[in-house]
Amino acid sequence: MDELDRAIINELQGGFPVCDHPFAEVAARLYTTEQELISRVDLLLKGGILSRFGPMYHAERMGGSLSLAAMKIPDSDFERVAQIVNAIPEVAHNYARDHALSMWFVLATETPRQHAAALERIERETGYPVYDMPKIKEYFIGLKLAA
Amino acid sequence: MTLETTLDEIDRRIVLATQSGLPLEPQPYHAVARQVGIPAEEVMARMRRMLESGMIRRIGVVPNHYALGYKANGMTVWDVPDERVDELGEKVGALEFVSHCYQRPRHLPDWPYNFFAMVHGHDRGEVEELVRRIAELIGAADRGHEILYSTRILKKTGLRIGG
Repeated sequence: MDELDRAIINELQGGFPVCDHPFAEVAARLYTTEQELISRVDLLLKGGILSRFGPMYHAERMGGSLSLAAMKIPDSDFERVAQIVNAIPEVAHNYARDHALSMWFVLATETPRQHAAALERIERETGYPVYDMPKIKEYFIGLKLAA
Repeated sequence: MTLETTLDEIDRRIVLATQSGLPLEPQPYHAVARQVGIPAEEVMARMRRMLESGMIRRIGVVPNHYALGYKANGMTVWDVPDERVDELGEKVGALEFVSHCYQRPRHLPDWPYNFFAMVHGHDRGEVEELVRRIAELIGAADRGHEILYSTRILKKTGLRIGG
């Protein structure tokens, strides 16, 4: 990554305009060209430095349901349960964490009913109870990581 | 801002066309418009509306934390009095190193924590230092906290709606 890459990442974490030539507008701010900016974003995505470029949709405001849930899975059964949980399409993210509650996943569904059904299915197929932790309130989402 | 705002069929087609990313070409909204089969002006007007209503949080890039050197990502969980969680949520959410900050339900007796804040640092030492700063801010309302580090990403696909 060079200085321009860092400048692009820092600038585009803050927003991307909605207009006829948005890349040209951002490029002008960064003293580069539209074509250079597009190819840099492409390379940063391909290289895995960026995981996404585009609109971040707010699941709940779109009528969807997004919820964090956790399970206590013993090490000896962890891989089997991870396979079952990962195979559920509504599971958007799944992380192993160093805690007795060792598996943490995010369920993204379009309706609360699908959310409940996915939780039931996970409990039934894995044999472990799910600790459902839907957010009660959100205080802040977003972070500018200095590149 | 209404929480009951819903998507109509055209919004939904725009979401489907853009949820995995915007096209990398000089006129990305025009490309989306061709895919959806409506004028570019309408795509832009609808996306601006979705930004205003909060259906789109923002348009831009999401860096890979690990690739930028933020290798220690700690989910910090706190047991604070319910009546103080709003006030503390605003304060902790304002810290520059906190990315997500939520009130969530306790599951007693196993899980006493009702307040979550994600903290990102270059290593665990840095995360622990940042957590001390949060603890100072919370003060006597901190009845206990833990840092849960992710040890493995088992799955990461992001939000998708069906077609």
